[in-house]
Amino acid sequence: MTTRPLLLTGGHLLDPSIGLDGTGDLLLVDGVVAAVGGSIAGPADAIRVDCSGRHVTPGFIDVHCHLREPGREDVETIATGARAAAAGGFTAVCAMPNTDPVTDNQAAVGFIRAQAAKADASRVYPIGAISVGMNGDRLSEMGEMVAAGAVAVSDDGRPVVSAQLMRTALEYARTFGIPVADHCEEPTLAHGGVMNEGIISARLGLKGIPSESEEIMVIRDILLARRTGGRVHLCHMSTWGSVELIRWGKERGIPVTAEVCPHHLTLTEDRVGQYDTNAKMNPPLRTQRDVDALVAALKDGTIDCVATDHAPHHNDEKNREFADAPNGIVGLETALSVLMTWLVAPGTITLSQLVEKMSCAPARVFGLAGGTLRRGAIADVTVLDAAAAWTVQGSDFRSKGRNSPWLGSTLRGRVDRCIVGGRQVHVRDGLA
Amino acid sequence: MTSLGKDLLDLESLSPEQITAILDTAEPLKAISLRAIKKVPTLRGETIVNLFFEASTRTRVSFEFAEKRMSADAVNVAIGNSSVSKGETLVDTARNLEAMKIDMVVIRHQASGAARFLAERIESNVINAGDGTHEHPTQGLLDLLTLRDRWGSLQGRRVCLCGDVLHSRVARSNIHGLRKMGAEVAVCGPRSLLPNGAEEALGVTVFDRIEAAIEWADALNILRLQLERMTAGYIPSLREYNRVFGVTRERLDRAPRDLLILHPGPMTRGVEIDSDVADGPHSLILDQVTNGVAVRMAVLYLLRGGRPDLATAGTAAGE
Repeated sequence: MTTRPLLLTGGHLLDPSIGLDGTGDLLLVDGVVAAVGGSIAGPADAIRVDCSGRHVTPGFIDVHCHLREPGREDVETIATGARAAAAGGFTAVCAMPNTDPVTDNQAAVGFIRAQAAKADASRVYPIGAISVGMNGDRLSEMGEMVAAGAVAVSDDGRPVVSAQLMRTALEYARTFGIPVADHCEEPTLAHGGVMNEGIISARLGLKGIPSESEEIMVIRDILLARRTGGRVHLCHMSTWGSVELIRWGKERGIPVTAEVCPHHLTLTEDRVGQYDTNAKMNPPLRTQRDVDALVAALKDGTIDCVATDHAPHHNDEKNREFADAPNGIVGLETALSVLMTWLVAPGTITLSQLVEKMSCAPARVFGLAGGTLRRGAIADVTVLDAAAAWTVQGSDFRSKGRNSPWLGSTLRGRVDRCIVGGRQVHVRDGLA
Repeated sequence: MTSLGKDLLDLESLSPEQITAILDTAEPLKAISLRAIKKVPTLRGETIVNLFFEASTRTRVSFEFAEKRMSADAVNVAIGNSSVSKGETLVDTARNLEAMKIDMVVIRHQASGAARFLAERIESNVINAGDGTHEHPTQGLLDLLTLRDRWGSLQGRRVCLCGDVLHSRVARSNIHGLRKMGAEVAVCGPRSLLPNGAEEALGVTVFDRIEAAIEWADALNILRLQLERMTAGYIPSLREYNRVFGVTRERLDRAPRDLLILHPGPMTRGVEIDSDVADGPHSLILDQVTNGVAVRMAVLYLLRGGRPDLATAGTAAGE
């Protein structure tokens, strides 16, 4: 499909990967960045978009989301997930394999890619399962899945309980140069827990999940990465102790990367309030000490990138007793604004640093195209209005999920346009 | 009159004045149970559903007596006979009950927060009869009433909750209620059966040894080991538990003062409490049961707006 050239004019170009931070034009031709910066005349047939007053950044990349298809198309499909991603400024997302059936073979990987192509929105990269059926017993066929388009392996949603299987996965994945993304949770400690173990869980009479449940697996994985040389990527970090362990590993040159979610950077266990299931997630919301450590770790590079862990659930499933409600919240459409509101607006980090964490770093960590506006790079671009304020309403979500702790909140910063391969796949309502 | 609001979900959110109002209301209501015809018309025409998702004898019967002595129409719904066993959700159950135009629901549920979940979704008054490991407010109130009867005031008294505090909803209600009424509260048991950080989370002192608790306390409220809630091996054996933490006559004999003994039941004699303690002169265990009916009558009465003229009035038969 041919696409007319796209010329974004007068925007604030912001790309830490090439040190870009100033007003200029951006020309996208044939799916790649043709010219960047300064005043660009552009070809006569180019679509021209006035971006003055807006930031133009490399497209965001989410290395961790759940799109539910196949199996739970009632709560999300690859198409609705990809459109939600575009609305949130994500030009690419990585879909976790805990679908039904599990994405543990090349056919399943191919199916996701085919559905994503039909969706015609953001790019969707499949993540294959580490083990067959995510049962933790036998390695799945990573080589074939990578050949079919998988970009990483993970049993996310379940920890890899067997240290031997994790070791083998790290060794085997090296062959294909992909990271092994682990859900760090020591299951016998976390067993039955539904929120952070602490003062609030003691008061509410809810079984807690101690921080050590995560940290034990974090240090295990780091040590196994040291032993094997395989790249371990630690999913959704939530505790200050994990931060210290990752720092320890990185200081020793161990191949470990880590992600953190917007909710763990901004909310504490207090948000559970009176059994609010939109504050129920795994790992659970922790304490202010943990939040502070995670923010500091994001700033200093101990934690590499932001990921949403977008986890849509049907309203009926969330609208029940806290202990019985499923874990997770939607996040694709609020991630940027939540972090702009809580981290950028108060001056904790700059918008440029946020772009690095949401775009450049995820591309680097998972070895994906994008994450840069460098000439010749794929033309995946996000245009955002940093000054906009908006109130989160579930009915506005492109995702089928409405399970967000930010419903009704007024947030700063909003995505105007999402451009994938040089084509606008999302333009905010009301804009030309 | 001090209002309780729409529901009674916990003692943590009640003020000392509200707790006092319930206890003061319960006091004269005790007399109703001593009459020849144990009935007043206070809640005539009111429909109450006792919704028990967990097995219960003591609490359910106590509520049912309270409701019937106040002339309410009470319906018991047990989990095994309900649509819930066919997969109906709690919110659907609530909507159906509401559609039947009931006035109050007494709910016992295995999930912490279930009573609040229901209360936020229906117009009827909701009384928490025990939600998971969270609270059991009427049990807490009857324990307060039982101790207040003996002491006159709870101010400055020392009460220790002994045993499986981790899984005990009774413990949380007692801790909140006793502290609000000016008592000092401690817990005693193996650390594996105490909430992590109990001191900070619940504002209690922690005793690792039962001997130290006995030396400190004016009253012991002895909790059952909730073996059905224990998903991990929290203690090595019941035998060892009794040897280390059991409240025995021998241990009480070494106490510096006579201790009042409470137990919310059901008791496991020979494990957390020995029979000669349970049946001994300082045991208030049966007083607790008697007071339970009065406290529940008081709560029902106050939640329905409290009509003093009907609270203790005689029936038309004029007893």
